[in-house]
Parts: sequence; structure tokens; C-alpha cells
Amino acid sequence: MEPILQVKELTKDFGGLRALDSIDLEVHAGQIAALIGPNGAGKTTFFNCITGIYKPTKGEMLIAPQGKKKKRLNGLKPNHVTESGLARTFQNIRLFQNMTVLENVMIGRHCRMHAGIPGAIIKNPATKREEKQAVDDSYRILEKIGLEQYVNEYAKNLPYGAQRRLEIARAMATEPFILLLDEPAAGMNARETKELDDLIIRIRDQEKISILLIEHDMKLVMSLSDMIYVVDYGKKIAQGTPAEIKNNPDVIKAYLGEDADA
Amino acid sequence: MFSLNEIKKSALIALWFMFLTFPIMVIRVNTIYKTIEWRWERLFMVGVGTFVLSFVWRYAIKRKEEGIKKADMGEDAQQTIAQRIMENRNIYYPSLAALAIFVVIFPFVFSMYQTNIMTTALIYVVVGLGLNIVVGLAGLLDLGYVAFYLVGAYTYALLNLHFGLGFWTVLPIGALFAGIFGFILGFPVLRLRGDYLAIVTLGFGEIIRLVMENWNWFSFGPSGIANIPRPGLFGLKLSLHQNIIYIYFIMIGLAIFTIFVVRRLQDSRLGRAWMALREDEVACQAMGIDKRRTKLSAFGLGAMWAGLGGVMFAAKTTFINPASFTIWESIIILCVVVLGGMGSILGVICGAMILILLPEYLRAFSEYRMLLFGAILVIMMVFKPEGMISNVRRTYKFEKNKQP
Repeated sequence: MEPILQVKELTKDFGGLRALDSIDLEVHAGQIAALIGPNGAGKTTFFNCITGIYKPTKGEMLIAPQGKKKKRLNGLKPNHVTESGLARTFQNIRLFQNMTVLENVMIGRHCRMHAGIPGAIIKNPATKREEKQAVDDSYRILEKIGLEQYVNEYAKNLPYGAQRRLEIARAMATEPFILLLDEPAAGMNARETKELDDLIIRIRDQEKISILLIEHDMKLVMSLSDMIYVVDYGKKIAQGTPAEIKNNPDVIKAYLGEDADA
Repeated sequence: MFSLNEIKKSALIALWFMFLTFPIMVIRVNTIYKTIEWRWERLFMVGVGTFVLSFVWRYAIKRKEEGIKKADMGEDAQQTIAQRIMENRNIYYPSLAALAIFVVIFPFVFSMYQTNIMTTALIYVVVGLGLNIVVGLAGLLDLGYVAFYLVGAYTYALLNLHFGLGFWTVLPIGALFAGIFGFILGFPVLRLRGDYLAIVTLGFGEIIRLVMENWNWFSFGPSGIANIPRPGLFGLKLSLHQNIIYIYFIMIGLAIFTIFVVRRLQDSRLGRAWMALREDEVACQAMGIDKRRTKLSAFGLGAMWAGLGGVMFAAKTTFINPASFTIWESIIILCVVVLGGMGSILGVICGAMILILLPEYLRAFSEYRMLLFGAILVIMMVFKPEGMISNVRRTYKFEKNKQP
């Protein structure tokens, strides 16, 4: 079967620094893939390239959502990438702090709505219907993520774990076929991580959204992922199932450093 | 609160102020008799004054901090008076009706002068609400906003001079022209934010004004354009007094129209996109919002209201020249928005009323007018930086989870 996200030889230079060096990666429908590697390995750069925030120096990025035409992501603006079904969260939480939780999610609905300026001013029935639909849809997403008790709360007043989950809710509101999670468990305690684990599985199974995640929490990665890609210094050093990765000598070396006595 | 430490602190402040104000408060050179007067009693007054005021100041700061702490601890933040009025229908509608009656009888009860300055304040309400879209909602700091005001005013003056077009015809044209200018300015500054944007817009505002000052055959330069007709009423001849009342009511209508439109925009898909842009540009784009279109629409729609206000201004004063559109004007409009409360419609209205009416009524204190004005601004920003009336987000109610 064809992968729904296919990245070929993705390379990104910052001046003389090669942050990504021809990385290949594939995500298949219904899969949870993980991208791991030490700090500064280029994982977030990889996300930024796919989502159009950075322009890759070289390489090809293709998406093939099920039942839709294949599409190249190269050169698309971030908003167009999101429109074509790739949604992301951020490593350092980037919520719209002074908007309510519901409004945050409604922003996610933005690209699936059509009302323009005249519609906003005269409030014709179509706009009203669309607006109501957006509110209802957003609320339903909040229910799924388990944030409905915070609906009218300002995003900045939420506890940390809830903010992380709100980022996921907001991304899901854009109706993606693949969700890119950038360190979703960063700063979470054990209980919150467990909840996140369940949530990610639920998103895949119930919403039929594939997931690509960057994560440092090895327990989470090993228990969740179907496929793991390991990068170090911008290069892919390994790929495989959790079991394969666990015993891969290159990976161990990258994480623990080389043994001087060996 | 009157501990030794506090007293020491206040005494120090008093000494420092006595030292600072010494040259202007104490020494007076009499240039006619060539003598120097030493007014030592003033030094004493400054000392005592600052000593007392520093206590008041500290007390106020302490109270404010306690308020913040209370809110942080999860205790329900006190609702503002405005909020309470808005929520309680039994108060809201009667007070709205009272306001409407007041507005209608205002020009018949008060003098022409009062009506005139109220009209000016209303122009600032409209223009302020326009800038509120750009600064308050979309978070784009625009210091050259007066340029669009100028465009509106000159559109009316010139179209009337050359083509004899009337007020009502030009009103939408002026708004449209200003909107187009806003749109055009939007393009080069698409990538800019914050300080950089502020500087570019500042430059833009000055450029437009300087062009108008120097492009003699087009705009008649610094001598300006005189004899701009006041708005007509089906060809009726109105006396000056009647005309002022008429303009007042047109302005009331325009203000209501502006409030209506801005409110709708704020609660729409576009309004939310503006706010998202203000909060986080990167995340906003990553959530599928077209940054370009959102920014340009904010600039364009914001500028339109300035154009509307400009046409009105030209019609009201019947004379315009570039001196009416200096950077100072931009700053005042910005103050209206910031002082009133960014993003809050009611706030901007109150801001305009206070900032425009206050200096007028403070004429009684003539030379202290600007000093008081400045002091009020500083005190507001220290104690209520979010503005008089802060923006309150809309809340929604939902029924509990109905499992399908």
C-alpha cells in the first residue's frame, strides 16, 4: 500500500550548517510513527520543513490522503499545508493565550469554513448556520479530548497538561488525515503521560488519523509506535519497529555516547 | 503602613522631587528688573505634596497587587461595573434607553459649542473603532493611521472642489479610497511586526502628509482647502445652528453603524482570525489561516473607518489643511484605543469620550490642562494597563455530553 506521507531525501541547510541530511521517511495509513533523536538532531526542523514553515534545500515531500489525489508539499505555505490535511502541534506550547478554549479550537475550524466579510456583517442564514456548526463541532472535539469543562476558560489559565491537549484538539479541528505531534509529553507527569498515551491511540483508532510524533519519553515511544525513525546530527541512523530500535547499536551509541574502552 | 522604613522612603522621594523641581519651582528670573526671585515656600509645598502622594501611590500599588494575587488564587475576579450592567437585562435595557434619550435631546439642551465637541468626540469614536480593528484585534501597531483620515478628508474636499460631488456621495467613496490606501500599505508591511511595523507606518503617515503639504497644484499645499460644504439635507437651507445639530445626528448614526459592523466582524470567522494573528503568528498560519489575506483585510477594513471619519471631519470644519493630520493625531487615536481598552468596543467609546472631552472641559484649568491629561494617562497605564474596559470574550453554553 502506498504511504500517505512520503518524504524523500529531505535536506535543509542553515548557512553552512546541514540541519537535515537527505532524510527518508514514510507514514502509512493508520500508523503511529515516531521520530526520535538526541537534542538538536533536527527533529523539529524536519517538522518545520514538512509544514511549510521552512523551505527545504532539497528533497521531495508527498502526501497521498486516502481517496484523494497525490500532492507535493514543496513550496506550499503553512496554511495550505494545513488545508491539505497535515496538522501539527508545537514543542513550546503556542496557543492563542487570550482567547477562550473554544475559540482556540474554532480557529482550527477556520480553514474548513467559508464566510467572508459581507457574510460576517449581514449575518445571512448560511453564515449563521456555518458559525453554529463550527461551535458545535469544536465542542464535540473538546469532549473527545476531555477538555469540555474548560470551554469558556482563557487558554492561558489552563493547567499545563490541558494546554498540551488543547493544542492537539486545535490541530484535530482542521480535519487532518495525519497529525504531527512535536513532543506532546514534554513536561508532563507520569499520570498525564499515560492519559496522553490513551488519547493518541484513541485518535488513531476512532478518528482514523495517522500520527507522526517527536518524543523524548522512550517509554511512550516504545509502547505507542509502529515505526520508529532515529535521527542524529541531521542524518537518519536507524529505522524499524520498537524492538529493532531497542537493540540497534547505532542508536545506543547516539544516545549514550561511544564507549571509550571498546 | 506608616512604618519607619516607609517614612524614610517617602522622605527620600520628597527630597529628590524638591531637588528636581528646584530650578523651575523656586527660581524666577525677572527679566525686566533683572532680579532673581527665590520662592522658598514653593519648595516646602513640593516636599509635603510628594511626601503625601508617595504614600497614596504606594497604597494604590499595594491594593492593585493584592487584587492580582486574589485573581491568581482562583477567587472569582470581581466583575467590572460595565460587565455587570451588560449581563443584567433589567439594568441593561433601561440604561440603554436612558442613553438613547440623552443622545437625542443632547443638542437641544446643551449649547452649540457642546454639541460641536460632542460631534468631534463621535468622529474619534468611529476612527478609534477602526484603529481598534488593526491594533486591538489584529495586533498590528499602526502609528500612521492618520494618513487614512487624511485620505478621507481630502477625498471629500477635492472631489467636491473639482466635480461638485456632495457629502453623501463622497462618504462611501472616501471610505473606499481610504480602504484601498490601507490595502496598499498592507502589502509592503506584510512581513513586519511590532516595532518595525510601527516605524514603517509612522513613515507612511508622514509621507502622505508631506506630499499633501508640498504638492501645491493638487492639494493647495499648506494653505489647504476652504469652503467645503456641510452635509446637505434634501437641498434645504439650514442655519448654522441647525446644521451643527444635523451633523451631530449624522455622526450618531455613523457611530451606531460602526459599532454594529465592528461588533459583527469581531464575532465572525474573520474576527477570530485577526485575534489569532495577534496572539501567535506562526501558530495562526499553522492552523490554516491565510496570514496575508487576514492582515490585508485588517488594514483595509481599519482604514475604511478612518476614511469615513475624515470625510466627516472635512464636512464639519469646512476647512482642511495638512496641519490637521500630524503624527500627534495618530497618537491621540492610538491613546483612545489603548486607554479605552484594546479590542473592546465599549472601551474605545469611553476612551474617545474621555480623551476628547476631557481636554475641552479642562480648559478651566488652562495651563495645567496638558499636565493633568498626561498624569491621567500615566496613572491609567500603571494601574489599569488593559484599559478602562477590557475585552471580555464571548461565552457559550452547552448541554452536557449527548452520546450519539
